[in-house]
Amino acid sequence: MFTFSNILFLVTVGLLLLGGLLSVLTFGRPRLSIISGFTSAAAASLAGVALGLSVLIGGQQVNLVLPWALVDNSLSFAVGPLAGFFIIVISVVSLAVSIFSFGYAAEYAGKHNVGLMGLLYNLFILAMICLTASGNSLLFLFFWELMALTSYLLVVFEHGDSRVRQAGFIYVVMTHLGTMFIVLAFLLLYREAGSFNFARYAAVGPGLPVALKTTIFLLVTVGFGTKAGIIPLHIWLPKAHPAAPGNVSALMSGVMLKTAIYGFIKIVFDVLGGGPAWWGVLILVLGVISALLGVMYALMEHDIKRLLAYHSVENIGIILLGLGASLIFLAYGNRALAMLGLAAALFHVFNHAVFKALLFLGAGSVHVATRTRDMEKMGGLLKRMPWTGFFFLIGSISISALPPFNGFVSEYLTFQSLLQLASAHLGPALSVLGPVAGAGLALTGALAAACFVKAFGIQFLAMPRSSNAERAREVAVSMRLGMGLLALICFVAGVMPASVTRLLDPVTRALLGVSTTPALGGYRWLQAAASPGGGPKVAPLALLLVLTIVTFVLYMFNRLYGKGMAVRRTETWNCGTDLAPNMEYTATAFSKPIRIIFKRIFLPQREIETDYVLKPYFTAEIRYRGSIKPVFEDALYRPTTRWFVKLSDKIRLLQSGSIHLYLAYIFVTLVVLLVFAR
Amino acid sequence: MVKALALNVFQVVLLAGLAPLVTGIIKKTKALLQTRRGPGVFQPYLDLYKLLHKESVVSEHTSWIFVVTPYIYLASLLAASLMLPVISTAGLLNFSGDVILIIYLFALGRFFLALAGLDAGSAFGGMASSREMAISAVAEPAAMLPLFAMAVSQGSTNLTAVITGVDKAGQALLSPTIWLAFIAFFIAAIAETGRIPVDNPDTHLELTMIHEGMLLEYSGRPLALLTLGASLKQLLIFTLLANVFFPLGISTGYGLGSLGTALLVYMAKVVLLGLVMAVIETSFAKMRLFKVPDLLLGSFLLSLLGIAAKFVFRG
Repeated sequence: MFTFSNILFLVTVGLLLLGGLLSVLTFGRPRLSIISGFTSAAAASLAGVALGLSVLIGGQQVNLVLPWALVDNSLSFAVGPLAGFFIIVISVVSLAVSIFSFGYAAEYAGKHNVGLMGLLYNLFILAMICLTASGNSLLFLFFWELMALTSYLLVVFEHGDSRVRQAGFIYVVMTHLGTMFIVLAFLLLYREAGSFNFARYAAVGPGLPVALKTTIFLLVTVGFGTKAGIIPLHIWLPKAHPAAPGNVSALMSGVMLKTAIYGFIKIVFDVLGGGPAWWGVLILVLGVISALLGVMYALMEHDIKRLLAYHSVENIGIILLGLGASLIFLAYGNRALAMLGLAAALFHVFNHAVFKALLFLGAGSVHVATRTRDMEKMGGLLKRMPWTGFFFLIGSISISALPPFNGFVSEYLTFQSLLQLASAHLGPALSVLGPVAGAGLALTGALAAACFVKAFGIQFLAMPRSSNAERAREVAVSMRLGMGLLALICFVAGVMPASVTRLLDPVTRALLGVSTTPALGGYRWLQAAASPGGGPKVAPLALLLVLTIVTFVLYMFNRLYGKGMAVRRTETWNCGTDLAPNMEYTATAFSKPIRIIFKRIFLPQREIETDYVLKPYFTAEIRYRGSIKPVFEDALYRPTTRWFVKLSDKIRLLQSGSIHLYLAYIFVTLVVLLVFAR
Repeated sequence: MVKALALNVFQVVLLAGLAPLVTGIIKKTKALLQTRRGPGVFQPYLDLYKLLHKESVVSEHTSWIFVVTPYIYLASLLAASLMLPVISTAGLLNFSGDVILIIYLFALGRFFLALAGLDAGSAFGGMASSREMAISAVAEPAAMLPLFAMAVSQGSTNLTAVITGVDKAGQALLSPTIWLAFIAFFIAAIAETGRIPVDNPDTHLELTMIHEGMLLEYSGRPLALLTLGASLKQLLIFTLLANVFFPLGISTGYGLGSLGTALLVYMAKVVLLGLVMAVIETSFAKMRLFKVPDLLLGSFLLSLLGIAAKFVFRG
């Protein structure tokens, strides 16, 4: 009962409860409330990291059955390797976000109830950690709901704004729609297993008839897909993230989406043990679509947080690419290559959690400093906020998958698992699908780089485009510390990928029976091989060394050769006129070529109105409005809601308000039940 | 070990030293084809020398991104050259010479160059950055798919493995996969090296330039680094074209004789590619910017055919 891991788990949960309680009790004194709430959350996150490490490296799993079990061990916690890895992901991000929150929440003091924020924040982290630790599906659903509700309340934290309330409403509807599918899947499994316990599920899962397995697979794909934000179930993401406070967006995008990936892997890999190859193909295709459309829509945004939210859709797509490849290999019984795909996906889960949280924290800092999220009103922030800018740059490089940072490593592994689809002789169709999906990933990566040149360049470089941007100051030390921690992890995981692949070892061994080391290489190089011997390698550490040496040599040459570095500083040449901020390239203009190249996807619309002083020579004013067609809202969601509202109108006829009629309904129902459900 | 490292370093020096010459040869050929006399083939070296002795003018609006970009751009390309088999497949760092890594190292340099284009606040730089990122977004998958086709046919993305595999099979000239992939990569290479019909390397006319627009604010030494970088990137792409698809003559060891032969064959191949590029540049007009994606889509389809050809022709 009281093993080291169990105690760590109880400490983590206890600290989070304590933090929430202290925070809400002291809500009258904001400073105290912030300090107590977020200190506990940070301490709990540290305990969570220790818990994950103890499970993964110590090999000691959490197994906790609380004595007040109601039905069927419904209060049992079990942390295996997969849950342990996700707990590390959740805890690492919450640690950095909690540190960031000391400074960030202070911005809300006096305006909003920070005590309430502290309570919800702690409960939110608690729900995420406990849901990955749940030993049965009832408890999982309980914490899944707690996570949905606390995050909903955090999204609508600034509920004075009607747009925020609307965003929250769409979020809460979508997330419950998803939950419905998950409940159905769990009930189907319950019917077969006779228990809600995940261990019992896993015992009967692989032997189920294929039709039932497929039904469960499709249900969890839709259910968890809604939470993860795969296209076309993504519409809540770009609405909810901009509405939520910065630290909450970082947690929601960084780790809450990953709990859906956890649920998917748990059911599809652990419980069902894989299935026919077309499952993998479906996930792969969904992945390519989500990745490509996600990044393309991101490019069209100039609200920084909406842009980042669409990038979450993209990165979930990349994770699905790895998972899809893994499922295909699993269907063909090639567990060594299935490991490669799964490791790529899990590595990207870790990476995306870290760099996306970093970018959201950066966006939060910029919002604090400039009071705007519109990139067109920023500019020149690198000189005003050097630290935030530097950390945001690291996040941008990482998410664009450029070496030597962490995004490159997981995308490299994903590329390799896609190419192995072609090399492993699984038939012509898959041999073509693999490289094409790889090209899709290459396009995604290149578009992401374009998007982050825009996001960083327009926000941080050149001249400020508004007085708000001009007055911006660097943010509080605690906020910089939170971002710095995540930036450091981006770098370390990029140059020493073994630090993460070693953690993945117990996970892939538990799920697939294949070890990641030495197949994925050690500290000196990263390898993508089915067997420990061969396989393509890259050496991030050597690359870093080479880049450093070469840069140093070039720099010394420049310093020492000839006249050295004579530099004259003067203004930018602007065809003889003075350069003004409104002459700079804007975010909308920057993405224009891409909008034109992919116009069949974006369906751009624009209106130009011109007022003349003297037609047609002298114009007084030109108004331009451009937008892209919200395809999914128009084609899918609006007709569905309209139909639903109509149906509800019809059903309202039943509710006449007459108590006699209602009594008659009850009587009829009773008779029907007695007849059919004896 | 020392020998292998020395070979890598020699290859880097060779690439960096040869890169301006290739640019010069292309320029001279173009001039001759246009019945001009043109500057000598060594002019790019003289240009670099001249730039090294000029002071650098830096805009006051720029940040440190502008200062570090030339170093990062050239360093990422030099790092790529260290891992690439040029005249021999036996280098120390070749084990890390992965096509994905090489393409992403190009992307790293481009990322910073595009940021530097935005840094000075001038609309020319912003326009060039925007176009560069849009074109490269389409060019990158078009460049990667043919390399993937080669990688899949040899079972590895490691360049040394691909080159040795193609070299051993010895039937390079007969396989449709290789030819289709070669043509596809050649088209992508035109875009990546910024040549007509995609971009015009000789122009400084604001509305047509892409690559040159990003360099507009640079002068003096930083410009020298970036110019050398552009030449080096071009030569690296030529090297990929020459070695991956037609590795004929590449040495597999350290023997001076075989290295010498390999060097001569390699230079002949690269100069030939340069001449072909010059002929293409002279015979085509620059394309409208938004026609470029169609061209690259064509390249994409060719490499798709190349992958499918494996099953059709059993090649």
